[in-house]
Amino acid sequence: MLAKRIIPCLDVDRGRVVKGIRFLSLVDAGDPVEQGKRYDLEGADELTFLDITASSGKRAIVANLVRRVADQVFIPLTVGGGLNTIEDVRAVLRAGADKVTLNTAAVERPELITEGAEVFGSQCMVVAIDARRKNARDAKAGWDVYTHGGRRGVGWDAVEWAARAEQLGAGEILLTSMDRDGTRDGYDVELTRAVSNAVRIPVVASGGAGKLEHFYEALTTGGASAVLAASLFHFGQYRVGDVKDYLRGRGVMMR
Amino acid sequence: MTRVAIIDYGVGNLRSVEKAFAAGGCEAVVSSDAGELREAERLVLPGVGAFRACMSALHERGFDELVRERVAEGTPLLGVCVGMQLLFEESEEFGRSEGLGFLRGRVRRFGGELRVPHIGWNQVEWRREHALMKGIEDGSFFYFVHSYYCETPEPDAVLGETEYGIKYASVVARGNVCGVQFHPEKSQAAGLRLLQNFARGEVQRREV
Repeated sequence: MLAKRIIPCLDVDRGRVVKGIRFLSLVDAGDPVEQGKRYDLEGADELTFLDITASSGKRAIVANLVRRVADQVFIPLTVGGGLNTIEDVRAVLRAGADKVTLNTAAVERPELITEGAEVFGSQCMVVAIDARRKNARDAKAGWDVYTHGGRRGVGWDAVEWAARAEQLGAGEILLTSMDRDGTRDGYDVELTRAVSNAVRIPVVASGGAGKLEHFYEALTTGGASAVLAASLFHFGQYRVGDVKDYLRGRGVMMR
Repeated sequence: MTRVAIIDYGVGNLRSVEKAFAAGGCEAVVSSDAGELREAERLVLPGVGAFRACMSALHERGFDELVRERVAEGTPLLGVCVGMQLLFEESEEFGRSEGLGFLRGRVRRFGGELRVPHIGWNQVEWRREHALMKGIEDGSFFYFVHSYYCETPEPDAVLGETEYGIKYASVVARGNVCGVQFHPEKSQAAGLRLLQNFARGEVQRREV
């Protein structure tokens, strides 16, 4: 039976893991290879690297990082953050990444999803959607899509965008709730469910994990195939194994 | 030590496969050199993306004929992911596409209410003893990413089955031709062991 996946996410800047609430108060948190190995040993099902390098040699720096991790960690790797062209995608896939996430670039040029799927296959094209509630208290109002690290509203409906991304050739949706990201109040289960119901590709829920039951809600009520968490694992609140033991105890299929 | 050549025909990332063999102490090289591929003791046929694109890329380089010759000589061959699908007669992807035809059967798309692609860790139930599965427990998890599966009328060729809506053949072997639908190079210890088994095990050299 197919297991639900637990995916730690690591932010990397110039080849090093950094910790912090997205883009704020970043501190060096070590070598990505060592961190990757640690999560691998703890039972992580995949690893996601979100690259926030802003320097000019970005492509080469990211490729080098991916190569170093992929040579020693034998679980799937997803890489995202500032990939804009087919050549950017090719560079990280060649270095050993299994999937890429496209966010701003996919909104600005949706054909990029199709072009990538035709060249590399849908299975490695993940569309990352940063979504914020139109009305904080009422999920019925829907969710807006944001780009540029959540700084710019696009004016698109997140559920419709997910369905269109699937049509364009995306193989998976990485769905982040901006309302919940960093809050530890739990995933936006209504958002997760709305998107899961609208597409037939797997949905990875992200943003807001703080307690063990949050993972359970996203994977059951939310219909997510996988859950991603960053700070919760980095700061050692829970280990991947703790989350898996808990979910297994509640009858969720885990590896 | 057995020399394994991973056939580089321009699709996918083969570095991980090479490193996964190395992690198990097996010498493996990624090669697009026909001479080297003719001399290798064992061959790995990878594949990602579309069946037809993979088949055309193999054909353009003349590697389809090379693989046929090596298989006829008794060289062990391991198809991985779409590389396994290529071992069959045909695929229904984009109408109908012809495969290498080492194994009888066709490649079909998952249907119904399932989420496709089938992505993630799923179990393999072994159906019979084989060198490829030595030391790997029944029900072990491997990492899968695919939208199509292989359907074969040859039950004896099915080494392992996986359930995703239906039960399908996820590990196949007949004579010196083997295939796995999952990615052993992304399947941690069980995957590394399988690659090691392929590199060192007594995969039959003759067609049965």
